[in-house]
Amino acid sequence: MAKRLKGRTYILEGDVSIEQTASVVGPFEGEGPLGKYFDVVNEDDLMDEKSYESAESGMLKNSIELLMKKASVNEEETDVIIGGDLLNQITATTFAVRDFAIPYWGIYNACATYTLGLQIASLGIDSGAFKKAIVTASSHFSTSERQYRSPLELGTQNPATSQRTVTGAGSCLVASGGGGPYINDFTIGSVTDLGQCDPYNMGSAMAPAAVKTLIEHFANTKTDLKDYDLVLTGDLANEGLNIAKELLEEYGYPGENITDCGKLIYDDSVQYVNNGGSGAGCCANVFNGFIYKLMKEKRINTLLFVATGALLSTTSSQQSNSIPCIAHAVTITNERRKYNV
Amino acid sequence: MAKNERIKSEEVFREDYERISKKNKAKPEYFKNAVMAFLVGGTICTLGQLIKNIIIGWGTPEQDAALITTIVLVFLGSSLTAFGIYDMIGRHAGAGSIVPITGFANSIVSCAVDFKTEGPVFGLGAKMFTIAGPVIVYATVSSWIFGLIYYLWGVIF
Amino acid sequence: MFEEYLWAFVIGGALCLIAQIIMDLTKLVSGEILVIYVVAGVVLSALGIYEYLVDLGGCGATVPLTGFGYTLVKGTMTAVDERGLIGVFTGGLTAAAGGIGSAVVFGYIFSLIGRAKTKY
Repeated sequence: MAKRLKGRTYILEGDVSIEQTASVVGPFEGEGPLGKYFDVVNEDDLMDEKSYESAESGMLKNSIELLMKKASVNEEETDVIIGGDLLNQITATTFAVRDFAIPYWGIYNACATYTLGLQIASLGIDSGAFKKAIVTASSHFSTSERQYRSPLELGTQNPATSQRTVTGAGSCLVASGGGGPYINDFTIGSVTDLGQCDPYNMGSAMAPAAVKTLIEHFANTKTDLKDYDLVLTGDLANEGLNIAKELLEEYGYPGENITDCGKLIYDDSVQYVNNGGSGAGCCANVFNGFIYKLMKEKRINTLLFVATGALLSTTSSQQSNSIPCIAHAVTITNERRKYNV
Repeated sequence: MAKNERIKSEEVFREDYERISKKNKAKPEYFKNAVMAFLVGGTICTLGQLIKNIIIGWGTPEQDAALITTIVLVFLGSSLTAFGIYDMIGRHAGAGSIVPITGFANSIVSCAVDFKTEGPVFGLGAKMFTIAGPVIVYATVSSWIFGLIYYLWGVIF
Repeated sequence: MFEEYLWAFVIGGALCLIAQIIMDLTKLVSGEILVIYVVAGVVLSALGIYEYLVDLGGCGATVPLTGFGYTLVKGTMTAVDERGLIGVFTGGLTAAAGGIGSAVVFGYIFSLIGRAKTKY
């Protein structure tokens, strides 16, 4: 059974490993620097569907099917699918999983959905209730653009601070036992809102949430930034990452072994993305496609994965509310690690 | 703050964040954007002038020529939007392609095309005016206010 | 002849330049800029200032959305002169009918043809 280590950090008692991953992305992500690491790069992001919403569901369905094939598990063996996306009432995920005979937990924490899913799945498995759980998250540039910003054909410039929503769906299979990488422990974040209200500058809004969760995690586990091979934040993009780095430095955690999924997924010198990538599918695919492979090759052995989410809606931002943000941290290691606290 | 302590004061954290985020804020390319807006906006207006002069050359009265120019520009803006070209211009031109009447046409067609999937009535028909609607509303109301003042002025003086 | 085009270019370009600077310095988005420009056009025309710009710039002043406001004001003035109080209500939209009518019709037709594509 999972135990509270200290504060809001929980450590898993048994071995819970991420057995297999699958990543499906759109063409623009395929052109990015991580293009060759993704399992499937779709040529057209409408994928022969009638709407982009259906395309996003299709992509998510593909990623689950691919995952089940890669891990050779069937519907019977899988206890639950835990996942979400950015659309209203998380329809993309729901529509995708209706074709599977697997129970479903729909979750929403914006771009932090993926690490939230990992936390829930690992709790369920460590408690002995589940044997295998699928965690999934997706986002699509065109559906997000339609829902949160402006019509696709509108001739506007996005502000320099804006981020591009990643088109992609990533799924992973979390299972008890296995050979790793293991989910070792995790810290649940709390909602942080420092009054930033620009929906075109989410990286900056989310940075304090990431920093707060990281500091909480470091304090609870008595670790430092340097105790991890890599600290991977989700979707802060260039500007947000710089803010997070500087804040961490001021609070006693200097270090360069921290990077961001939104920064890695695109090459902002060639691709028109302004500040970088964002979206629930961003960290899901960077982790599943790229970082997971590095962990399997033992090039990264200890990872602290902190996905951040901006929990706003179009209504809340039109009513000039500030943006509440969240960050959930998960420690993923190749060898189980114990803390002396 | 010493290592391995939690953030104690939300206040201090907020101040630190505000200072650091201000410093790191990504800046638009002011100069490049301004030059592009000027050039593209100027070009669209010059094109309008050319169309108008051609139409006047055919013997059309000036006022009708102005109206026909508007219609032609709206046609151009709509078609470039439908063929997916206007948003590419807009990415570089910014306000240079928003402010001319072609940008008004773009705002209508882009909304209509985008929400076609939600049906011909509540999708295409209703969402068409997401951006253009407010423009028409404020144009009508402000010209009504002007008209009322103008009318009262005429009655009183 | 050349001078006419030059002034259209300069005045039209300048109006767009101002909008760009406003957009870069504030958080206003395109829809808000369009509204501000139309209302600014109405106000400037009502004060009689915009007339000078139109005389100087021709299409450089009438093609930007401020020119739309100018058209409304001119139409309202004519209608009020001819029909009195009724003109207050009919003048603006009558003058704008060409622009709005064409935008709606072409908008409808082209949106049947077009497809929303992802920006790259």
